Amino acid sequence: MDLLQLFLELAQSTVRLSTPLILAALAGLFTERAGVFDIGLEGKMLGGAFAAGCVAFVAQSAMAGLLAAVVVSVLLSLVHGYASITQRGNQIVSGVAINFIVAGSTVILGQAWFQQGGRTPALSEGARFQEIELPFAEALRSVPLIGPIYAELLSGHAALTYFAFLMVPFTWWVLYRTRFGLRLRAVGENPGAVDTAGISVIWMRYRGVICCGILCGVAGAYLSLAANAGWTKGMTAGKGYIALAALIFAKWRPVNVMFACLLFGFLDAFAIRYQGTPLPLIGKVPVQLMQALPYILTVILLAGFIGKAIPPKAGGVPYVKER
Amino acid sequence: MSVPYAKLPAWAEYGLIPLVNLIVAFAVAGLVVLLVGESPLEAAYHMINGAFGRGEYIGFTLYYATTFIFTGLAVAVAFHAGLFNIGGEGQAYVAGIGVALACLSLDRIMPWYVVFPVAILGAALFGAAWAFIPGWLQAKRGSHIVITTIMFNFIAASLMNYMLNRVMKPLGSMSLETRTFEAGGQLPKLDWLMKIFGLSVGTSPFNVTFLLALAAAFGVWVLIWRTRLGYEMRTMGHSPAAARYAGIKEARIIVITMMISGALAGMMALNPIMGETYRMQLDFVQGAGFVGIAVALMGRSHPAGIIPAAILFGVLYQGGAEISFEMPSISRDMIVIIQGLVILFAGALEHMFRPAITRAVLAVSGRGHTEAAVKGA
Repeated sequence: MDLLQLFLELAQSTVRLSTPLILAALAGLFTERAGVFDIGLEGKMLGGAFAAGCVAFVAQSAMAGLLAAVVVSVLLSLVHGYASITQRGNQIVSGVAINFIVAGSTVILGQAWFQQGGRTPALSEGARFQEIELPFAEALRSVPLIGPIYAELLSGHAALTYFAFLMVPFTWWVLYRTRFGLRLRAVGENPGAVDTAGISVIWMRYRGVICCGILCGVAGAYLSLAANAGWTKGMTAGKGYIALAALIFAKWRPVNVMFACLLFGFLDAFAIRYQGTPLPLIGKVPVQLMQALPYILTVILLAGFIGKAIPPKAGGVPYVKER
Repeated sequence: MSVPYAKLPAWAEYGLIPLVNLIVAFAVAGLVVLLVGESPLEAAYHMINGAFGRGEYIGFTLYYATTFIFTGLAVAVAFHAGLFNIGGEGQAYVAGIGVALACLSLDRIMPWYVVFPVAILGAALFGAAWAFIPGWLQAKRGSHIVITTIMFNFIAASLMNYMLNRVMKPLGSMSLETRTFEAGGQLPKLDWLMKIFGLSVGTSPFNVTFLLALAAAFGVWVLIWRTRLGYEMRTMGHSPAAARYAGIKEARIIVITMMISGALAGMMALNPIMGETYRMQLDFVQGAGFVGIAVALMGRSHPAGIIPAAILFGVLYQGGAEISFEMPSISRDMIVIIQGLVILFAGALEHMFRPAITRAVLAVSGRGHTEAAVKGA
């Protein structure tokens, strides 16, 4: 029973920590599958978290906060889209720029509007996403094994967590079973063919970028309205890059993305829980190694030592119509 | 990639276009200042005053510029070979080990002019080693250099955290830093240089690393435009296919370029560690590796452009400190915004104003000129 309790504790925090990763990585999936690389996931998430924190506080409504997060994040995506699709600029440079602009301006604006030193005012219960009790969670708790799993692992998360996990099959369906998904993938692999078929490459790519903005906004809102009670300076703390790593680790496939994010979320949960305690067989693992593990794994994967991660063929290349 | 625009005279290409991009970046930054409810003009005044008002301020400005020259050159060298090294931050951070090792082992027995070359070597070696792995992985295993170098920044942060926590911290000390170096690990300030202009360095940490940075800038110019290796790097940057046909060994160039880039980024560590704090502290790089991206883009990857761009960012850093002192609502995070805007307008959106500028320049410079320009396209 003790072991089960331990497992549930770890699993629960794994789910919590992987939720923003899943949302951000799926966001990246949409734009990168359309052939626009985006290392600005971090910035869009942070911008979304900030907008959510501000608006949720002013309007005292979590939904308003979520909406604001999505709007800000989509606007940032459009800047990235304008630079990398319309102006055919370097996509990586543009992503880096957005990360910096957001990192700086959230702090400046937050300080100017709320004067609380790098944070938005703490949100009351009503302005946050509450944990949802699934039906019969309490009644089933006494059932051995299944009861606690249902009551503690599956129940009791914020709505956005369920949304994130539902987005995984939905993304798969959109990508592999709809006309939009087929075109989106085509535009990332062979934009010339899509153009020949009379479909606008530019508009397809913009749609991919907008999808990315929406999901990044939700990821940001999760951080400031569900995982925390407000926005704090630099609260994404590299999650955007971990999501990027997870996306590559998952070889740009939706279901793999979920597992990669759960793995990275688990590593994080594990590092927090077992900081400084010796483990059986391995001994004491430095916490720094645990923190670096997602990045190390990604590097090893990218190098083709565990399978091969092949990015969308036209990724990173602006499309130029033949003249 | 072909440039679908008419060729511009050099003064427009290397002067006017960066200037316009810069002005737009600052105009947008000014809007942010307005949004915060402060006057952009007043902010500009404090910035200029804070950066140049006194000898001491100039010293600080040039101290920051020294750091940015190194990281800017690092990014630029990689750009020439068509590589985007975002890992300057991590390379500089790890290079701190090289500097610290040299200082910790020699500072009590040798004068600074013996320790300094050893520390330069140490910084370059560690920086190059940290850049070697992503370079090698790109060359031999085909992993994308941008992603690998980003990952290596995070791995470097964890590694250095570990090193300072467990290895390099003196026994019994709580703060995450090495012991303070003695005389041998402290670089002399450049007060004689400032005295020529009748200024005093005051308490600013403006030190001999600045001269090393200038030498490195010259070295990069020689390397890129006057050596065989530089020619091969540029060929690869312009057209990997042409380089392959010409028999240039792609893998070799990638690895060497990344190592040079890493070594340059690494030498940045000398400036804060031996020139200011006289010890290695946690997080001493403070984003300078990323500033290098903005500096390289603004300086158009040429040393002659990188030095003024680095000084401009030095002005932003030092002047930004003054602004945040005088106008508390504008903290130093303003610099991060400006840095992002410069990267956006001078980098990703570099072609946005080009068609208009091209038309304007061609209209101004008369008919005969125009024909030549069009033929050149």
